Amino acid sequence: MLPNVFTPCASTLGGLLIGTSAVLMLALLGRIAGVSGIVGGLLSAHPRDRSWRGAFALGLLVGGFVLAASFPAQFAPVPGHGVGRLVLAGLLVGVGTRLGGGCTSGHGVCGLSRLSKRSLVATATFMGVAMLTVAVAGGAA
Amino acid sequence: MNLRRDPLAFAAGLLFAAGLVLGGMTNPAKVLGFLDVTGAWDPSLAFVMGGAIAVFAPGYWLMARRSGSLLGDPLNLPTRSTIDARLLVGAALFGVGWGLAGYCPGPALVSTMSLGRDALIVATAMLVGMAGFSLVEARLRRAAP
Repeated sequence: MLPNVFTPCASTLGGLLIGTSAVLMLALLGRIAGVSGIVGGLLSAHPRDRSWRGAFALGLLVGGFVLAASFPAQFAPVPGHGVGRLVLAGLLVGVGTRLGGGCTSGHGVCGLSRLSKRSLVATATFMGVAMLTVAVAGGAA
Repeated sequence: MNLRRDPLAFAAGLLFAAGLVLGGMTNPAKVLGFLDVTGAWDPSLAFVMGGAIAVFAPGYWLMARRSGSLLGDPLNLPTRSTIDARLLVGAALFGVGWGLAGYCPGPALVSTMSLGRDALIVATAMLVGMAGFSLVEARLRRAAP
């Protein structure tokens, strides 16, 4: 496994695109671009506003399709992760983001921008716990 | 279907996906490298968050002074401010899941399109977790007086 290369420019540029997407969602639709909230809303018992949520999710998938075909290396999996670990990870991400009311985008990007204390606590918690998890369960190397 | 809003939401989703991929968020080794503060730490992903906040923060504060969106829709802004057990436990569970595989919700969905086994498993389990949570919550709400 090659060590990661530090990519401040590409990562900043990626962040600027994400921020622009979030501004479009707020300025045009009046919505916060939180992925777990948008997708979770589609999967709720009484879904509301299905169409714009579905359209945003479809944009994510179509974007993923085009980019995965063009830049497959950007999607390389980590070798050695077993099915059990991946299933547990996905379940925890799904339940945790719905219970905590947000993920990296909703709490992390949008919440911190709004200077929300609630989002700051959530972001510090999931980042801290994720760092602890990697320290205990092993990272990519 | 809403022919005014939905194409805009679709475009925002496309842009969001491009940002995630360019930023390195769909590369779980890079995500785990960012979280690996006691090992070979790669701080790149802090720049993704920094870049996103640098655009969204001024955009938010300009919009927050308005009564509605530029298209006249109401602004649906979060109103909860309580820091409770639900927030902390949810964030902690999410943190464990993120640290185990290196996928948060956006990148998990976007990465399914690579048809990679790992991303498909994580995203499927995530959607099951979200739907299961909603079912349990709706049942609990009905059971409550």
